[in-house]
Amino acid sequence: MGEVVKVGMADLNICKSPDVITTLGLGSCIGIAVYDSVTKVGGLAHIMLPDSTKIKNNTNIAKFADTGIEELIRRVVAAGASKSRLVAKIAGGAKMFEVSGLSDVGNIGARNAEASKAKLKELGIPLLAEDTGLNYGRTVELHCDTGEFYIKSVGKPLKII
Amino acid sequence: MAGYSLDDVNNMYVDVLREIGNIGAGNATTAIASMLQLRINMNVPKVSLLTFQELGSAVCAEDEAIVGIYLEVQEDISGSMMFLMKLDSAHYLVNRLMGRAEDYNEAFDEMDMSALKEIGNIIAGSYLNALSTMTQLTIAPSVPYIAIDMAAAILSVPAIQFGQYGDNALLIETEFGDDVMINGYFILLPDLESYDKILTSLGISL
Repeated sequence: MGEVVKVGMADLNICKSPDVITTLGLGSCIGIAVYDSVTKVGGLAHIMLPDSTKIKNNTNIAKFADTGIEELIRRVVAAGASKSRLVAKIAGGAKMFEVSGLSDVGNIGARNAEASKAKLKELGIPLLAEDTGLNYGRTVELHCDTGEFYIKSVGKPLKII
Repeated sequence: MAGYSLDDVNNMYVDVLREIGNIGAGNATTAIASMLQLRINMNVPKVSLLTFQELGSAVCAEDEAIVGIYLEVQEDISGSMMFLMKLDSAHYLVNRLMGRAEDYNEAFDEMDMSALKEIGNIIAGSYLNALSTMTQLTIAPSVPYIAIDMAAAILSVPAIQFGQYGDNALLIETEFGDDVMINGYFILLPDLESYDKILTSLGISL
């Protein structure tokens, strides 16, 4: 394992083998990892909201599923990945508090997951695996040597997808 | 309040929140002290305006487990509020409340979770009372919801709500206790229209 690249909230970055790219404590946000297994170039975005067109203040493109994923793809392709070989894995989108009713807080995680999948589909990037929903936080790591996506949660065994 | 982003409003709001924070934390501390039959001291609350990048690690390391108590607020002001504390603080308060040894450190059971919700309820209620008294607005909180998880995951909830209007979030830190000091963190999340109401009712015009 090489260096560890850290991605914050509403942030994205790229990474090459043998390095690892991580984002800590995804709650209702989504971590979208894309990877090209030939060049071993990958990228990770940590998005917070589903749709940039619904919000006036949308200058931070990494904050939204639609603009964030587009930018992520642009960045990994610029770093040497082939768009046609890219595959994706996603995690997050939890409902952190059991709020009753259909308030924003209750369903934002599910909306984020749905918007991320829709955007990947639109761009023709196959979604290989996902670990979304439920009610707990996730720390994720994309290992660029293997393309494995590690998911760590409090009090749960390590999950690799 | 056309022409103002949440970030502008936040800047004006910091002083107001600091004042509400002082009074609210005073009320909350008194309530906790009488509940636990302790003599409690407190320090002046610290109000900070943070970017999302800073918010995730403002309380502790992003992947460290913390306790988050979340309430929705309605009536004259709509929105939500959150009270956060570190696990060791939560254990300390619950142990005091349950009359256990101070170093008892087992995972929280159902009773402990109710006790934590009650502590959250009292603290949040005291804060909202202060806000309500200062603004003459009626504020009704929902039942409290609780989660124990990674700090960044819990903080993603208010971050997402702030994220719809701006790129910053307001965090209020209070410190209270007797021989052991407890750090608590508040995040108030009024809806954008409610900010306007709060500021107007305090005589601040935008």
